[in-house]
Amino acid sequence: MNRNKVLYSGAIILAVTLIAALLVALVLFSIGASPLATYKTILTGPLSDLFGVTEVLVRSVPLMLVALGIAISFRSGILNIGAEGQIQMGVIASTAMALAMPHAPKAILLPAALMAGALAGAVWGGIAGWLKAKLQVNEILSTVMLNYIAAQVYTFLLRGPMLDPNELETGSGTPQSMRLPELAFLDTLVPGTRIHMGLILALVAALLVWMLLWKTTLGYRMRTAGAGAKAARYAGIPVERYLIVAMLMAGGFAGLAGAVEVSGVHHRAIEGISSGYGFAGIVVALFGALHPGGIVPSAVFFGILLIGADMTQRSASVPANMVLVLQGVIILSIVSAQSFLRNPYAQERFFRWFGRFSSSARKAGKGVQS
Amino acid sequence: MTPSLEPISELKLEGITKRFPGVLACDGISLQVRRGEVLALVGENGAGKTTLMNIIMGLYRPDSGTIHVNGEEVHFHSPGDAYARGIGMVHQHFMLVPNMTVAENLALGLKELHHFMNLDIKGAAKRIREVSERYELPVNPDAYIWQLSVGEQQRVELVKTLCLGARLLILDEPTSALTPQETDDLIVRLQRMASELAIIFISHKLNEVKALSDRVSILRHGAVVFNGQTANHEPSELAALMTGHDVVLPRNEGSGIQGEPLLSVQNLCVRGDRGNLVLDGLSLELRAGEVLGMAGVSGNGQREFADALAGLRPVESGQILFGGKDLANRTPREIIHAGMGYVPEDRQTEGIVPSFSVKDNLILKDFAEPRFSKMAFLRKKEIDSNAEVLKERFDIRCPSTSTATGSLSGGNIQKVILAREISRGPKALVAVYPTRGIDMGAQEFIHEQLLARRREGIGILLISEELEEVMNLSDRIAVIYKGKILKVLPAVEATRERLGILMAGLADPDSPGDAQAEVPAGAAHE
Ligand SMILES: Nc1ncnc2c1ncn2[C@@H]1O[C@H](COP(=O)(O)OP(=O)(O)O)[C@@H](O)[C@H]1O
Ligand SMILES: [Mg+2]
Repeated sequence: MNRNKVLYSGAIILAVTLIAALLVALVLFSIGASPLATYKTILTGPLSDLFGVTEVLVRSVPLMLVALGIAISFRSGILNIGAEGQIQMGVIASTAMALAMPHAPKAILLPAALMAGALAGAVWGGIAGWLKAKLQVNEILSTVMLNYIAAQVYTFLLRGPMLDPNELETGSGTPQSMRLPELAFLDTLVPGTRIHMGLILALVAALLVWMLLWKTTLGYRMRTAGAGAKAARYAGIPVERYLIVAMLMAGGFAGLAGAVEVSGVHHRAIEGISSGYGFAGIVVALFGALHPGGIVPSAVFFGILLIGADMTQRSASVPANMVLVLQGVIILSIVSAQSFLRNPYAQERFFRWFGRFSSSARKAGKGVQS
Repeated sequence: MTPSLEPISELKLEGITKRFPGVLACDGISLQVRRGEVLALVGENGAGKTTLMNIIMGLYRPDSGTIHVNGEEVHFHSPGDAYARGIGMVHQHFMLVPNMTVAENLALGLKELHHFMNLDIKGAAKRIREVSERYELPVNPDAYIWQLSVGEQQRVELVKTLCLGARLLILDEPTSALTPQETDDLIVRLQRMASELAIIFISHKLNEVKALSDRVSILRHGAVVFNGQTANHEPSELAALMTGHDVVLPRNEGSGIQGEPLLSVQNLCVRGDRGNLVLDGLSLELRAGEVLGMAGVSGNGQREFADALAGLRPVESGQILFGGKDLANRTPREIIHAGMGYVPEDRQTEGIVPSFSVKDNLILKDFAEPRFSKMAFLRKKEIDSNAEVLKERFDIRCPSTSTATGSLSGGNIQKVILAREISRGPKALVAVYPTRGIDMGAQEFIHEQLLARRREGIGILLISEELEEVMNLSDRIAVIYKGKILKVLPAVEATRERLGILMAGLADPDSPGDAQAEVPAGAAHE
């Protein structure tokens, strides 16, 4: 029974992936690129050498962290579209913290910077959670609006109060903060590459989120609030409280992702630092079935796509923005796949077809043997 | 809609077999219906009724067996094919879009109304008026679905099916969500329609089957175990065939223990969803070791009363005294901890989390107790063994305790809820419509459970609109009308007629002048 379900889900996901690839191939074809060559570059290019692999992992770290937070919020019944803004808040807070105490020892400075980022993200997410819980404000609207506010605040700070004084002197005027003290850096894992301790942090976080959601009473409460709010209320679970908790956590993970980008990769706050991780993280979370065990590989997969897209831009002159098209198509495919997965009639049809197929295959096999 | 080749006069199934992974849902079923005839198809949950009907509609394909319409073999690939031959079905769960009007819902299914850039809603409305006049099924084409009661939605489904050209109607448990009044109304209408149509009527309520059908076929475990003329067989005989054993719904034999007052509700005033006062000074007393039935036409405040008892609706004024504490306006958590058990009205959304496993639903109220958790971590072993024990004890039929609870039948979902509430050892249990839409076997089991708990000294408040159920189980019966208790009478003095009159809000014929009087707390009736 269960094996059948797995078989069916697997087949649907495979089919959906193929359809998504075909749709994107059409778009590629229409802009005059060769779909096959493009796919080949995207999927194999990034993994062809060690540097490529580490770059993929560098991209997957923030995706993983954001997606873990998204999974928590979606599982708790609140749709967080605001990771982009929460990341930016995390970047600001962690940068400010690291710059504020440049002489602190590493053991204090690094954790303080990361915590500050997570906290700022949590506050930004928590606002939306609170608005939803207390005033029934739709969280999709509030998180999207908070994204705009965060973007403006971010731009203002980087061009004003937090602007690197050197930029003013030398006059290039690039809107970026001062460089962090080196003690605030996340260590590099492989010398000569950019891959950093944030990867370990993200993997540990995945394990913790899994334990939180499926092993603890808090996770049980949150999943109950998300999967059956009414039943949760009848059972005495104050659903609204867990909406806020979920948004605090989701925002915290996004903020942490921002902090990790600062202290692991860029070492200062720069413009465009989140580069869409907040939205891509939603796709990663959905593609990973809102489960840490799926999110980790899914984040790596999207890391490949991002790096691969950069490569095609250079080699096959396909705009890297094609990755956005791919992301969009994948979301649509996942959503449509879910309606298939839930449809018992489609399932029955599949098994009828599969049964006929496997029995004729068995017959053919016997024919060969005899 | 392609016009029917000729009006359907006969549908014949032969040797229909359908196997799902692990279940033989239909096992060589042969059936026949003709125009002017009502065939009742009865069987417990899981007997294979819905699967068989979905096969007729072309939603599933049988593994073997044939379907003939007017003597000609047919192979339907979709419901559209079935409608083209004049066969239509009203599904157990309505297939209406709530935020569209009746006419728009019809237009969804009628391709001929779809013109380029233009949808002929007026045409749909006209069609609805014709059909609803012809078959005496009043519906307003311009009403939004969400504004309609369940009974009205049922009529809309019927009209929709007829508009789509069906002359053989399949009705899959059409009464399971209806109130008794709506059920009676539907049966009268169907009786009038029967002469022109063929009807397959699915139900496990045998009084409905008796009232409506000409012939009856009984399914058990996917096979037809009986075919016969309805008029020649007694309901008890049919019930035995349906369940495979004699069904005797248990009765409250009244051992006469008179417990302490347990729950005392005084002058409760509660507002409804529209802000009007739905409970208007309701007073009631429940004692330990008794079943207090609350009878009434639904919509007289039962739902709001139950919500207030569960802590989910603010109390305007009045008290809910329980074990010396006033529970009015307390949180659900506090009320649960005070020892109140609760079987909610809507079991699918209020009683369980459908996507959660059976074992997770069984700890919905107790997951934080030391029994099931340690230092904020869930104790998986305890949760598993708890589920196994309760599955055994409450006869919960599920493939495993990891199965999603929402995929179980209504009766088994109700057993999960009951198992959870009873095993917590409550002092009082509020059960709201506990057997609505549930088959006889499960109903029998649930009634036995309630009576066993009563013998253990639990006070049970049974809110129901099934007079049979209230009269069988209760020690005393309180009649609710327009948010007040009109009368409380000992169950032995209750008759269907007397309750019916009281529920209609009329003065009690047997004791004129005391319509408001409560039975004094100490007055034993046995
Ligand atoms: N799509 C399906 N896949 C697997 N098993 C199914 C499916 N639909 C129904 N069943 C099983 O077939 C049996 C008959 O179900 P059903 O026809 O719904 O019964 P009824 O309508 O008489 O209550 C049940 O055991 C049910 O679990
Ligand atoms: Mg059914």
